[in-house]
Amino acid sequence: MQLTAILAGIPWDQILIQTLNGIVTGMILALIASGLTLIFGIMDVVNFAHGELFMLGAYIGVVVLATTGSFWLALLIATLVVALLGAAIQIATLRPLLGRDPLTTILATFGVSLILQNYALWQFGPVARKIQEPFSGHFKLFYLEYPWYRLLIAGLSAAIIGGFWLFLKHGKFGIWIRATTQDRVMAQAMGIPVPLVHTAAFAIGAGMAAASGVLFGPLVGVNHTMGLDWVLKAFIVVVVGGMGNLGGSIAAAIFISLLEAYASIWVSPAQAVIVSFVVLILTLLFRPTGLFVPTPK
Amino acid sequence: MSTAANDAPLIAVEDLHTYYGKSHILQGVTLHVGSGEVVGLLGRNGVGKSTTLKTIIGLVQPSHGKVVFEGNVVTSMPPHRLARLGMGYVPEDRRIFRLLTVMENLRTGLDRAGMTDEKKRALLEKVFAYFPVLAERRNQAGGTLSGGEQQMLAIARAMMLEPKIILLDEPTEGLMPRMVSQIRNIVDVLHRENVAILLVEQNVPLTLEASERVYIMEKGAVRHHAAARDLKVNDAVIHQYLGV
Repeated sequence: MQLTAILAGIPWDQILIQTLNGIVTGMILALIASGLTLIFGIMDVVNFAHGELFMLGAYIGVVVLATTGSFWLALLIATLVVALLGAAIQIATLRPLLGRDPLTTILATFGVSLILQNYALWQFGPVARKIQEPFSGHFKLFYLEYPWYRLLIAGLSAAIIGGFWLFLKHGKFGIWIRATTQDRVMAQAMGIPVPLVHTAAFAIGAGMAAASGVLFGPLVGVNHTMGLDWVLKAFIVVVVGGMGNLGGSIAAAIFISLLEAYASIWVSPAQAVIVSFVVLILTLLFRPTGLFVPTPK
Repeated sequence: MSTAANDAPLIAVEDLHTYYGKSHILQGVTLHVGSGEVVGLLGRNGVGKSTTLKTIIGLVQPSHGKVVFEGNVVTSMPPHRLARLGMGYVPEDRRIFRLLTVMENLRTGLDRAGMTDEKKRALLEKVFAYFPVLAERRNQAGGTLSGGEQQMLAIARAMMLEPKIILLDEPTEGLMPRMVSQIRNIVDVLHRENVAILLVEQNVPLTLEASERVYIMEKGAVRHHAAARDLKVNDAVIHQYLGV
């Protein structure tokens, strides 16, 4: 009797909608955080410029879309260009700092983020640009017209992450990346060209950030500060998932996005962000190695 | 003194000095290893034996002195290039890639330029014949192996480079007697295959048995050099430098 009253009080329709929303943002966040955690894991660099690589990816998407009219070409070119830019940034600013105080790499990447942000402001101006989604179909979900494109984002992000995982798992270069992540010194002694692996890992992370920028562009405006919110959330995800742990980051991205999505049923989305910080603080207090990693022995 | 007859040694280390911060670890190490030769490096804990190996493979930069490999000065070369030139390194703490499977550990050395699938298969077969237990556990994570198995994996991994020399740092440390004799056999196998070995050990009898020549280090430098058959386990020299 009472149970049915409680069950009837739960807004099932909203929960389903928010589950979908949470998974969509979770997958985008996972894509950004995968790159961040890859870079941290392999070279102990906390990349403060990661959000700007995401932003730059979105802008390159805008430009390519405007010239070619193809969303898919925009996605591809933005990913490749930002990957190359990432390689250049790594060689110019991070390679010389390897093995120094972590503070130096934090300052270096922070400097890069300021440069990229102001470059975007100078080049594109303060007015937000828009990326047109490749198709604008909807389907009916209760009282909502839910865009198919959102589901496509989740699917594509999952595909990119899955592809990346397969690459890490089976490719020769994937083994090099994992070996270098675990023991940089021994990797060198086994003939793995560690400086090259570092550069390539940074480029891959940058490319993944750019891809998520283009994919997410149609849902929000593209402007020069769009990276800030995301990189903050991606940092939370990386810490909650266990620094440098790829699977943990993906699980944490979906977990936190779902929590935020559910919280925004009852409070405004701006307040729902608080949930992420609560999770972050609880994680740091009680399980600082990360929620989604096995307890260290 | 030259046992390598008239041809140049495979590796020659000349007057190597190394600092860790302010402490002067290596204070002029000079030694050489001939092609296919097994050379022991003895000494008490902390005299710089491991640092000598690390400096040879390029993991530690010397402040003075040089390392000559096959006639070329390689002192400032990065470790990964030395590894490709044919220098294998088996560190004291083994440093297995714990989250990689046995097979993936081996592939870190196997997947390199110039290796055809056929060559890879042949090399793997050969190594699995020496270490059947690694073949059994090829899909198991390296971190789950026992200490002795990890030591075998560390040696097998170095063999994937088809090295001309293996720098072998305390391979029997902490192993059961049965494992120790297995490691001993592997040293002989490598010797037969004409792989040179620079063997750092605490186990004096084993070192004297396995090596052709031995160097004895004290306080960061080589103090004694002799043919292994000229030294006895209870030799006065051994007493003097090793206190055993």
